Amino acid sequence: MTDTSSAPNKANSPVASTGEAVILARGVHKHYGAIKAVDGVDLEVRGGELFGLIGHNGAGKSTLFKMMLGLTAATAGEIRIGGTLVNGGDFRAVRRTVGYLPENVVLYDNLSGLETLHFFSRLKGVASHLGAAALARVGLADAAQRRVGDYSKGMRQRLGFAQALLGSPRILFLDEPTNGLDPEAIRSFYAILRQLQSEGVTMVISSHILAEIQERVDRLAIMAAGRVQASGTVQALREEMDLPLHFTVKVAPADIAAVQAALGQLPVSAIKAAAEQVTVHCRREAKMAVIEALARLDGRVLDLTVREPSLEDLFFGFSD
Amino acid sequence: MEISQIATIAGKEFRDRIRNRWVLAVALIFTAFALVIAYFGAAQQGAVGFRSIEVTIASLVSLVIYLIPLIALVLGFDAIVGERERGSLDLLLSMPLTRGELLLGKYLGLAAALTFASIAGFGLVALVLSPQLDLAALFHYFGFMTSSVLLGCAFLSLAVMLSVFATDRTRASGLAIAMWFFFVLVFDLLLLGALVVSGGQWGGDVFPYLLLLNPADVFRILNIFSLEDVRTLYGLATVFPPALARPWLLGLVMVGWIVAPLAVATWRFCK
Repeated sequence: MTDTSSAPNKANSPVASTGEAVILARGVHKHYGAIKAVDGVDLEVRGGELFGLIGHNGAGKSTLFKMMLGLTAATAGEIRIGGTLVNGGDFRAVRRTVGYLPENVVLYDNLSGLETLHFFSRLKGVASHLGAAALARVGLADAAQRRVGDYSKGMRQRLGFAQALLGSPRILFLDEPTNGLDPEAIRSFYAILRQLQSEGVTMVISSHILAEIQERVDRLAIMAAGRVQASGTVQALREEMDLPLHFTVKVAPADIAAVQAALGQLPVSAIKAAAEQVTVHCRREAKMAVIEALARLDGRVLDLTVREPSLEDLFFGFSD
Repeated sequence: MEISQIATIAGKEFRDRIRNRWVLAVALIFTAFALVIAYFGAAQQGAVGFRSIEVTIASLVSLVIYLIPLIALVLGFDAIVGERERGSLDLLLSMPLTRGELLLGKYLGLAAALTFASIAGFGLVALVLSPQLDLAALFHYFGFMTSSVLLGCAFLSLAVMLSVFATDRTRASGLAIAMWFFFVLVFDLLLLGALVVSGGQWGGDVFPYLLLLNPADVFRILNIFSLEDVRTLYGLATVFPPALARPWLLGLVMVGWIVAPLAVATWRFCK
């Protein structure tokens, strides 16, 4: 496993991580017979950070999520939240500090949105009137009295999120939280996460939509075959993986050959020409040389885009 | 164990059954059947109208012994497996709640719904019949209602146990039906068959004790032995020693039938 920890990648992160490990997994294994769902995971999530957990289906992230919540006992190893074992004698105290939004949240169709939150409030031991505030926070105040059975998928997801927010948890586990949400709801969802982060809430989020979380998480872990293959900030993982940069050069069709010739002199790979553009991949150290070569083409370059390796590129790089 | 957590789960289960009119439907079924039996039970003999509490209870026992186990099994077979299959179990277990508290809360909520429906249904009949009943008859009827509740709770306990062991709702429903057939229809036939085949040589001494292995038989004996007039009508009563037929003892056996499956379910669910 690679641990590439440096400063959070988000320039606009509302609050810096406290640096103190709030969630700590050490040598965690979960075996189902011969199947090793989780195979020796060490992980540290710091206070106040938004931590991403990504991986293929079957990579072990859902099992790890369940173990972090104390829903499944580890075959070996231990997980602590705030220094307390998640399955130990103080599990109630741990769970009162935790909010959980499961993937494909299933709530009770016969209850209204408000009744649902009253039920979970009682289980969490928080005042029932907080349910209305939680509904308002996720934009469901107007649907408070409607039966959950009449909610759309996105509304159910938001109600599930409101449930997770009950009792002002210090740690949130969010499993595929934007499933079923429309773009506007996704934006408001992440706005709430930013607000929570400014209040010092620690969040662990798993998602298949890598583009969605790459700009938002402070650090992340890439899981494959039950192991954490790499963890750190997106930028640090990019540097470690040393994947090529992607240049897209827009030119007139008549100038494509000149651009190809200029770039052909440089240590670049995969030069591809299309109708009005040339794409080229190069290592980070050749970046300035490419830009200088293009600048020497006397205005024949109409536009230029440089793209960093995406989280998806990193994900496939580490998990393969 | 935290009582408040058990009460929250139980309260939700009970309210759900009130809201979806399950309790009302079952109470009406019990009332309708009990009234029909009380007033038309002797129609084959050419008489219509209430005759005696003994005859009414004897007829009701024959009905309840089929009906209540079925209702209890249907009520509880998906208590846990249903939550698991829908995907809501993980969310519940992520709360500050133990698995034991969840299971017990589910059971108590469902048992409260079944008890409420039974008491409301049969109690309404008691009110209707009360002008024609003396205190002793009312006492017998109260005993019948209590034993019906215990019978329901015992089969509900078995249903909740099934719901913990079953991997999906389909299997749980199949097992529930099989369990109903076994205890209500097959068990007595097996015992009688064994007696007949061995010419009465095998099992005669242990026969009464074997009957205690079936909560439906315990319910039947509990009611039959409390009524002088009907005791002789039942063949089984003649082979059951009166010392073993004490109501408190049979009541304890019924409580055992409630506690034992729940204990097994808790052990399996918490494992």
